[in-house]
Amino acid sequence: MVLYLKEFKVKWGMVIDLDRCTGCGACMVACQAENNLAPPVDASNKRYSMTWMLVYQLSNRQPYPNHDVAYMPRPCLQCGKPNCVPVCPVIATDKNQEGGIVSMVNARCIGCRYCQAACPYHARYFNWHDPVWPEGMEKTLTQDVSTRPRGVVEKCLYCHHRFMYARDKARIEGRDPNALAEDDYIPACVEMCPTNAITFGDLANPEHKVHKLSKSPYAFRLLERLNTDPQLYYYSQREWVRRQGDNFLEHETVGGV
Amino acid sequence: MCDKELWPEGVQRCSLKLFIVWLLVIFAVMAWGLYAAFVVWSGGLIVTGMDNYFAFGLYIIFDLAVIALGAGAFFSGLLYYLIRVDGLKNIINLAVIIGFICYSGALLILTLEVGQPLRAWFGFWHPNVHSMLTEVIFCITCYMIVLTIEFIPIILENRKLNKVKFLHHVAHNFHVIMPLFAGVGAFLSFFHQGSLGGMYGVLFSRPYAFREGFFIWPWTFFLFILSAVASGPGFTMLVATLMEKMTGRKLVDFSVKALMGKISGVMLAIYLFFKYLDTWGWYAGILPRSGLTFSEMFYGLAYGKWLLFSELIVFGLVPAVLLLYSKTRNTPWILYSACTMVGIGVIINRYVQTAQTLAHPVMPFDRWYVYVPTWAEWAPSLAVVAYGALILSLAYRYLPVFPQERKLNPA
Ligand code: SF4
Ligand code: SF4
Repeated sequence: MVLYLKEFKVKWGMVIDLDRCTGCGACMVACQAENNLAPPVDASNKRYSMTWMLVYQLSNRQPYPNHDVAYMPRPCLQCGKPNCVPVCPVIATDKNQEGGIVSMVNARCIGCRYCQAACPYHARYFNWHDPVWPEGMEKTLTQDVSTRPRGVVEKCLYCHHRFMYARDKARIEGRDPNALAEDDYIPACVEMCPTNAITFGDLANPEHKVHKLSKSPYAFRLLERLNTDPQLYYYSQREWVRRQGDNFLEHETVGGV
Repeated sequence: MCDKELWPEGVQRCSLKLFIVWLLVIFAVMAWGLYAAFVVWSGGLIVTGMDNYFAFGLYIIFDLAVIALGAGAFFSGLLYYLIRVDGLKNIINLAVIIGFICYSGALLILTLEVGQPLRAWFGFWHPNVHSMLTEVIFCITCYMIVLTIEFIPIILENRKLNKVKFLHHVAHNFHVIMPLFAGVGAFLSFFHQGSLGGMYGVLFSRPYAFREGFFIWPWTFFLFILSAVASGPGFTMLVATLMEKMTGRKLVDFSVKALMGKISGVMLAIYLFFKYLDTWGWYAGILPRSGLTFSEMFYGLAYGKWLLFSELIVFGLVPAVLLLYSKTRNTPWILYSACTMVGIGVIINRYVQTAQTLAHPVMPFDRWYVYVPTWAEWAPSLAVVAYGALILSLAYRYLPVFPQERKLNPA
């Protein structure tokens, strides 16, 4: 049952090439720095981490020499039918702005964590600690990204502030802010990726690279059959990787060529 | 004023000294819970066993369980005031008090559960009509008010208070309008018991909990209502029995207890019929559609298959048969055991719906984690139990909770 359906003219999305990703973690670092994520108090338990962008390691579970791994960066998938949105009791999270990014109003979040329970991708993070920046480090904060207090949930917003910058820039230059060019708006992780594994753009625009890539037979979405309709596609020519994108039963075949 | 003058007319109570010692034990447990609450509020939820995988933990499991067990209040109220099942008048006061304890206790725990308790009122200010949790917030608060209104006349019937003419009239008038509140309470409670179940059923991306729906509600909405009304009356009866054992006095006639057991049994049988259908539909429909198999839903001891079979057979089918069959139902120890089993069954259900749903790895490359509650979760939960004991002790000592007590204990 999906209570929330909305179509957008522009659909910002990513295609991440898992055959190019080396698992270096640059996207994770860029995301932390760009979005004012405080240094962790104690990083020993990853289940308390605040990694809006998280790189998973996948394995084909074959013995050497056939063993193969892939790395899967996972920001918020900006689901087309997000389970996290209809469950939020206070509309602190919503998907209503052109572009289809699932937003967060942290100042309204009551910290019930129902959205966290709803998201199958573990893309939402609860602030377990008061954020503290070591002296001097607070000067590196991104000014247009609010810091979040303890007790609220947060997640990747595809660097929404950069979207705002791009629109402002387009307005100043006399262009239509609702028809941004492909390179006007680029999230931090995309910019930082050394292997160009992440492509970003408007999935609904046939002129954009992401549109074409998302139509490739090698493209797939995480847990496609759960019907969350993500705006994030993965790409891999390796069948076993595509297979791990969803819970395929043994007799089922995976898409691709 | 002597403590004795406050007792209901013609009854015996333990000495004030013994009562104070008992209260001290209760206060000690409550103080521990209060300390835990202070630690959680000041240090944050990091002191609990919850984490980014387990967004919900013991607080929610405890809340769901006590709210289900507190359903005796609304269901007995519905049967007594609206359907006129007369035998329930001898236990209805206790049912209301237990309902009050369970709901107020759940609300107390919820103040710990939310990360931003001071913003909890946003639920009313910025309500999301699509969210089952919004429905829970509204109904639970309103029902709490109804329960308080239902509790007031019982308090005003205290021997001393009732002598005040004004209070006597207030209590009387409250009684006159009680069917109205019983109706409102039943409506509200029906909805939020359901929406608590609906909260899980709408998680369409969590195949362990997700269920297809009827109109806007997933099946779990109705299953939660049925399981609550199956366990609530039996729990009320068990509390009465426990109080009898502790005080050494007979408080409720056995026929009333057997009636409560019968209500539990009938509702449990109806619940199980639908629960079996639901489990089959989940096994044969939702799981294969999500690419998952039955075995993949279970893991180790904490999330093993034994939970499902205990819930459905040992703590489901067995007590249902025992309670439906009049010979077993009328044997006291079997009646008490069967109702205890129903309560355990409902607790298992609330546990698996919460913990197992979150523990099950939905992404194929993810893995199971086990949730272990910490002392900061156990302490407030136990404190709520102590808080319940406090209210019940005071009510038993000073209020006319059990209309049959005098007759059953001739001086
Ligand atoms: S990935 Fe999770 S947090 Fe992001 S939109 Fe989807 S359900 Fe919501
Ligand atoms: S944690 Fe915050 S954003 Fe998530 S459902 Fe609760 S109120 Fe909404």
